[in-house]
Amino acid sequence: MSIYKEITLNGIWKQNPGVVQLLGLCPTLAVTTSVVNGVSLGLATVLVMAAANGTISPVRKYVPNEIRVPVFILVIAALVTVIDLSINAFAHPLHKVLGIFIPLIVVNCIVLARVESFAAKNAPIPSILDGFMMGIGLTLVLGLLGGMRELVGKGTLFSGLDLVFGPAAKQFVLTIIPDYHGFLLAVLPPGAFLGLGMLIAARNWMDIRNKAKSADEHTTTSALQPALHP
Amino acid sequence: MSETIIKHAIKTAGTLTAFALVGTAILAYIFIITRAPIEASEAEARLALFSQILPHNTYNNNLLKTELTIPPNPLLGNRVPSKANIAKLGDETVGVILEAIAHDGYAGDIKLLLAIRADGAISGVRVLAHKETPGLGDYIEIERNTWITQFSNESLTKTVAKDWAVVKDGGKFEYMAGATITPRAVVKAVAKALQFFNENKLLLLENKTADKVAQSKDAT
Repeated sequence: MSIYKEITLNGIWKQNPGVVQLLGLCPTLAVTTSVVNGVSLGLATVLVMAAANGTISPVRKYVPNEIRVPVFILVIAALVTVIDLSINAFAHPLHKVLGIFIPLIVVNCIVLARVESFAAKNAPIPSILDGFMMGIGLTLVLGLLGGMRELVGKGTLFSGLDLVFGPAAKQFVLTIIPDYHGFLLAVLPPGAFLGLGMLIAARNWMDIRNKAKSADEHTTTSALQPALHP
Repeated sequence: MSETIIKHAIKTAGTLTAFALVGTAILAYIFIITRAPIEASEAEARLALFSQILPHNTYNNNLLKTELTIPPNPLLGNRVPSKANIAKLGDETVGVILEAIAHDGYAGDIKLLLAIRADGAISGVRVLAHKETPGLGDYIEIERNTWITQFSNESLTKTVAKDWAVVKDGGKFEYMAGATITPRAVVKAVAKALQFFNENKLLLLENKTADKVAQSKDAT
């Protein structure tokens, strides 16, 4: 398997940051009250992670081992601020949508985790791809979790789409359950934990089933342990 | 032995310093080149907000030209001088647009823009900037919810002081379960801004200079 294919697979399934590595839980749980919020945060994370990995990888040989963490944090914090200011100045409509999410990312440990475990050891191009794919993997989880909470909590899907694409997008907001009075628990933080737990369970179930299948075929001894650490 | 340790420490410290210096330099550069466009888009957003909270047909002057500077005042919550815009119809002052800052939100300051009519009633309130939790506390934004419009036509005479609180605290203002700190901070800031308006009414309406407003604040 080529390295690029493996990176892609890792980001989206095997080492998915949202449901396998369980990194960056704070924004994951706080923001995913709707599909649009979740995906917006996810896309902002994609941008920051690809940029952070791409910045660290070329300078990785100049960073002594003892001070790598402070240097990484410094670079990530500076980078997030630069992205925040640049988007605000040169893409203001985008900033109105993503602006509130970008400062959340600077404290997101998934960025530091990928820089530390991947970009610090690999060449720039695979590093950028790793950041990008990890971000996409997180975006999928955020979107799914947002969808679950929005559907159960408010009975709609894609609400707030008009904030991203202008008032014309309002027609795409789906009211799945009409006359729904809402289920507050799903929108509140406990709903986020419950939803995430279900997603993790579903992913592990699928993983174990797949492994059992391939174990039958290859008669390998699989311990059926979902990986919890990167 | 100890010499190599010292050498190593100096080299490591030097590397960290170099990264810090480069990072700071890049940040400073980006800050300088983005400041003007950011200020321009903020001014544009302000003008757009003005038209939301003060109907166009109630005044006929250029609001950005009749600007007062209000020194730091605890009732408005501003720690640096903030701006007030006077709306006039002919020679008569019909309203004031004030900025108020709530420091007791859930995350960081909530910046509000209030239009108060000459009779002391609110024409409209909007949120300029906030860092409340997306999906929970952000319903104070007009784009997400009409919550903020409940302040329209409110005044300190219409609603007595003890009712200037959210329903949960025994007041009259609605809030949404899950985020009470945010609306609490906004209600309080709006009430204090009205109080500021009442205390400085004559000076604001007569369109005196900022020094006079400052003196009145010192006197009270």
